[in-house]
Amino acid sequence: MLRVTLKTLVARKVRLAMSALAIVLGVAFVAGSYVFTDTLDSTFEEIFSDLHGDVIVRPEGSRGLSALVGSDAVDNDTRTVPASVVEQLVELDGARRVDGVVENRSVFVVGSDGRVVSGGGAPGIGANWSDAPNTTGEAPLKITTGRPPAGDGEVVLDARTAELGGYGLGDTVHLVTSAEQAEIEATLVGTATFGESASLAGATLALFETSTAQRLLLAGADAYSTITIAARDGVSQEQLRSEVEAVIPDGLEVKTGAETSNETSDGLREALSFFTTFLLIFAAVALFVGTFLILNTFSILVAQRSQEMALFRALGAGRRQVTRSVLVEAFVVGLLGATVGLVLGLVVAHLLKLAFSAFGLDLGPGGLVVEPRTVAVAYGVGVTVTIAAAYIPARRAAHVSPMAAMRDDIALPQAPRSLHAGLGGVLAIVGAGLLGAGLFLDTPLPTPLVGAGITGVFLGIALLAPVLAAPIVRVVAMGYPRIFGTVGRLARENALRNPRRTAATASALMVGLALVSAMAVIGESTNESIDVAFEDDLTADFVVSNALGQPFSTSVAAGVDGLDGVAQVAQVRWQVGQVAGQDANLAALDPTAFSAAANLDITEGGTALGPEDVLVSSALAGREGVHVGDRLTVGLPAGERRLRVVGVFADNPAVGSEVAISFDTLAAGGISPADSFVYVVTEPDADVAAVRAGLEKLTSALPTVTVKDQAAFTEEQRAPVNRLLSLVYALLGLAVLIAVLGIVNTLALSVMERTREVGLLRAVGMTRRQLRAMVRWESVAIALLGAVLGIALGVVFGVALQSALSDEGLEVLAVPWARLAAFLVLAALVGVLAAVWPARRAAKLDVLRAITTE
Amino acid sequence: MTDASGPSAGPDPTAARAEGLWKVYGAGDTQVVALNDVSVEFGRSRYTAIMGPSGSGKSTLMHCMAALDSATSGRVYVGDTELTSLGDNELTRLRRDKIGFIFQAYNLVPTLTARENITLPIDIAGRKADAEWFDTVVSTVGLGDRLDHKPSELSGGQQQRVACARALVSRPDIVFADEPTGNLDSHSGAEVLGFLRRSVREFGQTIVMVTHDPNAASYSDRVLFLVDGRIVDEMAEPTAERVLERMKGFDPVSRVS
Repeated sequence: MLRVTLKTLVARKVRLAMSALAIVLGVAFVAGSYVFTDTLDSTFEEIFSDLHGDVIVRPEGSRGLSALVGSDAVDNDTRTVPASVVEQLVELDGARRVDGVVENRSVFVVGSDGRVVSGGGAPGIGANWSDAPNTTGEAPLKITTGRPPAGDGEVVLDARTAELGGYGLGDTVHLVTSAEQAEIEATLVGTATFGESASLAGATLALFETSTAQRLLLAGADAYSTITIAARDGVSQEQLRSEVEAVIPDGLEVKTGAETSNETSDGLREALSFFTTFLLIFAAVALFVGTFLILNTFSILVAQRSQEMALFRALGAGRRQVTRSVLVEAFVVGLLGATVGLVLGLVVAHLLKLAFSAFGLDLGPGGLVVEPRTVAVAYGVGVTVTIAAAYIPARRAAHVSPMAAMRDDIALPQAPRSLHAGLGGVLAIVGAGLLGAGLFLDTPLPTPLVGAGITGVFLGIALLAPVLAAPIVRVVAMGYPRIFGTVGRLARENALRNPRRTAATASALMVGLALVSAMAVIGESTNESIDVAFEDDLTADFVVSNALGQPFSTSVAAGVDGLDGVAQVAQVRWQVGQVAGQDANLAALDPTAFSAAANLDITEGGTALGPEDVLVSSALAGREGVHVGDRLTVGLPAGERRLRVVGVFADNPAVGSEVAISFDTLAAGGISPADSFVYVVTEPDADVAAVRAGLEKLTSALPTVTVKDQAAFTEEQRAPVNRLLSLVYALLGLAVLIAVLGIVNTLALSVMERTREVGLLRAVGMTRRQLRAMVRWESVAIALLGAVLGIALGVVFGVALQSALSDEGLEVLAVPWARLAAFLVLAALVGVLAAVWPARRAAKLDVLRAITTE
Repeated sequence: MTDASGPSAGPDPTAARAEGLWKVYGAGDTQVVALNDVSVEFGRSRYTAIMGPSGSGKSTLMHCMAALDSATSGRVYVGDTELTSLGDNELTRLRRDKIGFIFQAYNLVPTLTARENITLPIDIAGRKADAEWFDTVVSTVGLGDRLDHKPSELSGGQQQRVACARALVSRPDIVFADEPTGNLDSHSGAEVLGFLRRSVREFGQTIVMVTHDPNAASYSDRVLFLVDGRIVDEMAEPTAERVLERMKGFDPVSRVS
């Protein structure tokens, strides 16, 4: 039996290859995601083990590099360690060497073309030059050309940044900072590399002589951001740490190099986890959609071979043997698919690496990391999904009567359509129930509920699809006979011929389009909500902000205040911190100034915001159950504070946070002043164009700082949503690819089954062109069936999600009809594309052989 | 192209003819000669039967005459049109406009009703059916009340009558019928054959029918006998008995017994 099975496999290789491709894609994304994550991990470990000394002393609660690398969070923690601590530590027995490090993460290099050299959100690190050793005893910084910075007005850049900025030795480098002195000009005296891997994960590096760095970055204080201590030979990191802990003053903390490395790479990993999550979602969709394709392929194969199966049964094969023979086939297909998928996964990971380095996040020259876990998961997933999908057809094959071998035309025993439809209806309703419960009820496990609900609805609709297929195809193909005549009518009737097969084929497209349509609805609603919110809440005429999301110098706001025609300047400072124990973005503002620039709608209490006070948004107030007069725990780098709630404001995107504190509270928390946004309100009779010109002149030297009017600013706020949507459309591409394969598969088979009919049509005068058109329009009808079901489901999902999230800022429901219509057109094109090969095959059939074929 | 000519349209008394037709399959040792220098004429408004034992080449001859297959050498004319020089599109158009087909296995399109099947060649050509002629054909084959049924709802005889109507409704120059009664019981077969003969007598249709059934051949005006790819004899005004008698002479098994 096994040999027969394998021979059959070889004979059907094209069809099986097509179904295996779904597995290949799914496994490729799973494997690619794991390989990429593992590679990131190993790269980070390499980078950060190079970075730190044996023991680090820093202000308590510092978040280290982790808070910033690769994330959008703003951290302007510029607290320092007094220089006197260095003197103290030098005395320690275990310390071989003690160095003070000055560091700031928003020192950006402006290239000679006037644009910021940037690695897509990675920090611009400004620091003092130091040859302090890392944990391995090497100095991570090495001069490659020129010399170290020796005094005022000299700078060393990392070699890559110098190259990207177009700077050579002796050139004057232009830098911008968020410190008080917003612009720096310095002569490039050298270039440096950092660590063994020579990779900064996208960050840029500008190095100054220590006292210059202190003046520029720490407002001239005789202090350091951190202190790094190298241990004497034979002294472990832990021993040195206890020695240091015994002598340092309060408010400082001690970490070993290993701890800091972990902290940093954990932070990075978390920041990049978005990408791996996205890849895994890709994989899940590919596999889910692929399941339909495999199910369909095996159903078709079994149907084609039912006579053969009946013969096996007549010759004495048991039901189990027949089932097993199909499952063995599935196993082999899954195995092959997983193998190819694994290889393709390596390619995916490699491409991701290239893409990251193209965006400036260079992950160094290290190779890809393939863990045994990756291989195990790839094969496990590939084989399990294939066998699961082939199970139903395999069972059906076993129920072929041995008598069928004697008959000419046989139909496979199938469960009555009403049973499937009933089961599908129940599944869809249960799924919808779970979805509703997950979205609208207060449950402890909303995400699994929503996931199970969506899957249930999909499966239910897929089972219902054969019943839904006929009416929907009739509608989408309504115009066929009128437009395409007999060819159109034949195409429509062919699509209706086997509703079960048509529906299963369309299901792949349905799932993909449903997900994408749902995301399109959510995306459009988000954008629309942003628009409405800013329109309602922002009254400022101009917004000054930093394109990189990093804070900028307060000197800008001071300059704006002095401009003619400016009535009010409102500064907003963002800082990452904790609210009620959870990481959250904090906003510092002056309520009086802010109220002039935005509608701060106070629903409870007032706006008198003192250093011990906090304003909270209504969403936070509802969630945490706090009211005016209550205390709320707010964490800042300098420590936790219990702030008194003095007012509750309606959610406002111009605040950009759920809590607002005063500038004093922020400064007391250890954060040096730097603005995230400056809102500008003009005098009623001011010349707006002149104000704009003034603002632009003011910021012209700071390429990271931009001036926008309200419309442009709102547009900028939409950018992240649009970025996410474009990723989602990549998902559409994947689903479409698999759907095309499914349709090709089904059509090729239908053409084969209808060989005689095709021959007849050709004999009575149908041209090849007409024949191709007939197959094409059948394909389009199938694709449109999938599209109609998918888009309808997607809109329902989208609307449900929007109403579930309406309390969290997604207030407006917007359905992007034009985009959904475009999906429909795209689906029709998919149909046309999928029909190309089967149609050619049909047109090439030899008329004579087609007629005489028995 | 001239309009499909009726029975009295031209002076040319032949609807189709072949000159020195060869059809050879394979090469060398495995070479099979299906048609060996066949020259034949099919008279206009005549009902011709082609008979011969299995493998005699009768189907091949019909396929070559009907623009379904190409000959190895020789010429085929349908009306004035010489076939061997035509491309696929021209052959397709020729089949559509000038030739009608009736197959042993009916070959109806299962998704279309009887009416739609009958008008299929006209619909494919994008023309309108002549309503009067359609009614005449349909009433002649006796399908009046079954026209809106799908083939699966019709008996074999009814299906073949639909196929006959389809072959005639576009007024082709010539109808080729390949064992039209092969799948039918004798009663239904007689009906179909009677109908074909009436279409020759009453409408002046030209019909060429391949069969191995002497009884079916007896409905024709003229029988051609094909053996080993050659036309070895012909018979005018055949009867079943005479045809059977003649056939016995070609059948090696019968000769011995």
